[in-house]
Amino acid sequence: MKLVVLVKHVPDEVADRISGVGVFADDMTVDRAALTCRLGEPDEYAVEQAMRIARQRLDVQISVVTMGPAGAVRALGRALALGADEGVHVLDDGLHGSDAQATSLVLAAAVRRLGFDLVICGTASSDSGMSVVPAMVAERLGVPAACDADAVWTGEDEVVIRRDEGATVAEIAVPMPAVVSVTDRVGEPRYPAFRSIVEARYKTIRTWSLADLRIRPSEVGLRASATEVRTVTSCACERPGLLVQGEARGAAVRLASYLTEHQLI
Amino acid sequence: MRPVLVLVERDGANGAAAAPAYRLLTIARRLGTPVAVLRHRADARELDELGRYGAARVCVAEAAATAETAGGQQGASAVAVAVEALAELAWQMSAAAVLIPSGREGKEVAARVAVRLGSGIVTGAIDVLPGPDGPVTVQEVCSGAYRVESVVRGAAPVITVECGTASEPAEQAASCTSAAPAAERPAAQGPPVVEHMFVNLSAADRSIRLVSRTRKPGRRPVTGAQVVVAGGRGVGSAAGFQLIEQVADALGGAVGGTHAAADLGWCPHDALIGQTGAVVHPKLYIACGISGSVHHRAGMQHAATIVAIDKDPDAPIFRIADVGVVGDLHDVLPELLTEIERRREPCCSNTAMPTEAAPAAVIPAPAAAPEAATPALE
Ligand SMILES: Cc1cc2nc3c(=O)[nH]c(=O)nc-3n(C[C@H](O)[C@H](O)[C@H](O)COP(=O)(O)OP(=O)(O)OC[C@H]3O[C@@H](n4cnc5c(N)ncnc54)[C@H](O)[C@@H]3O)c2cc1C
Ligand SMILES: Nc1ncnc2c1ncn2[C@@H]1O[C@H](COP(=O)(O)O)[C@@H](O)[C@H]1O
Repeated sequence: MKLVVLVKHVPDEVADRISGVGVFADDMTVDRAALTCRLGEPDEYAVEQAMRIARQRLDVQISVVTMGPAGAVRALGRALALGADEGVHVLDDGLHGSDAQATSLVLAAAVRRLGFDLVICGTASSDSGMSVVPAMVAERLGVPAACDADAVWTGEDEVVIRRDEGATVAEIAVPMPAVVSVTDRVGEPRYPAFRSIVEARYKTIRTWSLADLRIRPSEVGLRASATEVRTVTSCACERPGLLVQGEARGAAVRLASYLTEHQLI
Repeated sequence: MRPVLVLVERDGANGAAAAPAYRLLTIARRLGTPVAVLRHRADARELDELGRYGAARVCVAEAAATAETAGGQQGASAVAVAVEALAELAWQMSAAAVLIPSGREGKEVAARVAVRLGSGIVTGAIDVLPGPDGPVTVQEVCSGAYRVESVVRGAAPVITVECGTASEPAEQAASCTSAAPAAERPAAQGPPVVEHMFVNLSAADRSIRLVSRTRKPGRRPVTGAQVVVAGGRGVGSAAGFQLIEQVADALGGAVGGTHAAADLGWCPHDALIGQTGAVVHPKLYIACGISGSVHHRAGMQHAATIVAIDKDPDAPIFRIADVGVVGDLHDVLPELLTEIERRREPCCSNTAMPTEAAPAAVIPAPAAAPEAATPALE
């Protein structure tokens, strides 16, 4: 069985909050060069899910695919250390500024070229967090999508997922080939053993360009993007609140008064 | 004016159009002529209501009957029906935009419609404004630290709109559009025109099978709740969460929690609020023993009123709270409960909102400032 995991190299929020690096470049794209990046946490769960499938059956081959600038190869390295077999890095200057449409076009082409039974994605990338790429890739590949899985079971030619739908929980079965996206409830990624970190260095990472995927540069990148950011303003979303200190009884009374005054109780 | 499609989702509780539809219709009126797309048959009252908010046309989409779809569209094909209907209508009518509520299902629908139409997609817009070369969306990124306005070009941009609950938070209304009926609509216009359409599902869509769907036991869900009382690591134990539940019951609200609390098993995973959990827009959010990490704030900062109770005066949650109480929640909450009870007693004729556990009566604030009444205590 051929599993393809889509992973994204994303800015590491915590690191950058401390160093105070600006998030946006001059062309209003996320300035990835200036930011410390890592394999997106949601995507670690996707790799882990692939590993769990591989532990249950013998015929599993796991490829990880990323699309991103040169540094994104590190996300692949991390995924390989977590246990994936091989990596594909879609790298091309023409890709800078691609939107979700272009990203899904490129990823679908890469997946098609690799061949697949199951594509596994994170539910949402931790930077843009649109949660649309998995369904878009499925639509382009013409296969069913089962998004936001809290649990995944694979059968002979079917995959079953469990999904939280708010008031209800649903189990949905789709025939393979298919695309699934997984939440952080599918199971914690295992911390890679030193041996697998070393072994990962000897695994293959292929680099594909747009030409390799037969995609014209006009179809992707900043120019093809349907959305254009006009303004970015940092917002003072802080509220000039009232701070109540002192003993509990008095504080509770003031709080209750506030709530009554504002017709909240 | 070009048509603007609005996907109307159904409210699980009463089966009619869910509240976000009215906000989306309000936004759609600014961009063109609203067309409501339903996956259920609406009765006269509902149609009237959709019309009042500006829907000129209502399209009711159903899957064309085949052996596989006999299970009905509430099964696994609800997304597929929406995708087929919206893509078909947007193309036929050359729609100016497609607006979809920004939930889990909405995003999946939006993703697939955008691919079908080859149009630009924006998710989680908090507002949409008309612009000279296409709609302008307003989004918040990096957990609300930045406000981004973008133009979406091309044919029929697909936009998912963050909606929250029926009543828009008052504070937000200043900067965002809240649901409002069309004022200038002549009464003689009557209810909107209703059309039925049957869509053919693709083989891939027909192959999706709903194995089971079970109603989750237990408490009121946090999404859609008007009041959310949430606890974090500061609650201290699973037993401590009973206090949070009591306050929630007293206010007729839902119980929420942070990642830390859910991980420790103090509250169910469904109660998780934040980047990886639910995004809520209640009228009142009470955060107890929650430090206010960016991840958590991403799910609750749009509450109309935020109350925080925390021991640490420097906890970041206080920066976004309307009222902060510095103190031990184990002391403050029991006092708050007593105080809520006391304020309820004098007025018993209230019939609003009957709930299971506690009479979650809504007592209108007396005309006199209640502040004046409080010193009488003790
Ligand atoms: C990718 C990613 C996604 C995440 N997504 C989410 C998410 O969706 N939702 C989420 O909530 N978290 C999320 N987190 C985790 C988040 O970063 C924080 O770790 C978490 O929100 C902290 O929870 P907390 O406020 O309960 O705990 P803490 O940060 O430990 O805060 C506890 C607070 O309680 C106070 N306190 C202690 N005792 C008392 C007492 N007796 N009375 C009053 N106050 C007391 C303390 O002063 C402190 O302020 C995510 C993290 C990552 C990396
Ligand atoms: N540039 C990318 N390269 C590889 N995978 C991606 C990329 N962008 C998105 N994905 C995948 O799609 C998922 C959802 O992304 P998004 O729609 O951006 O929230 C991620 O968790 C990844 O699995």
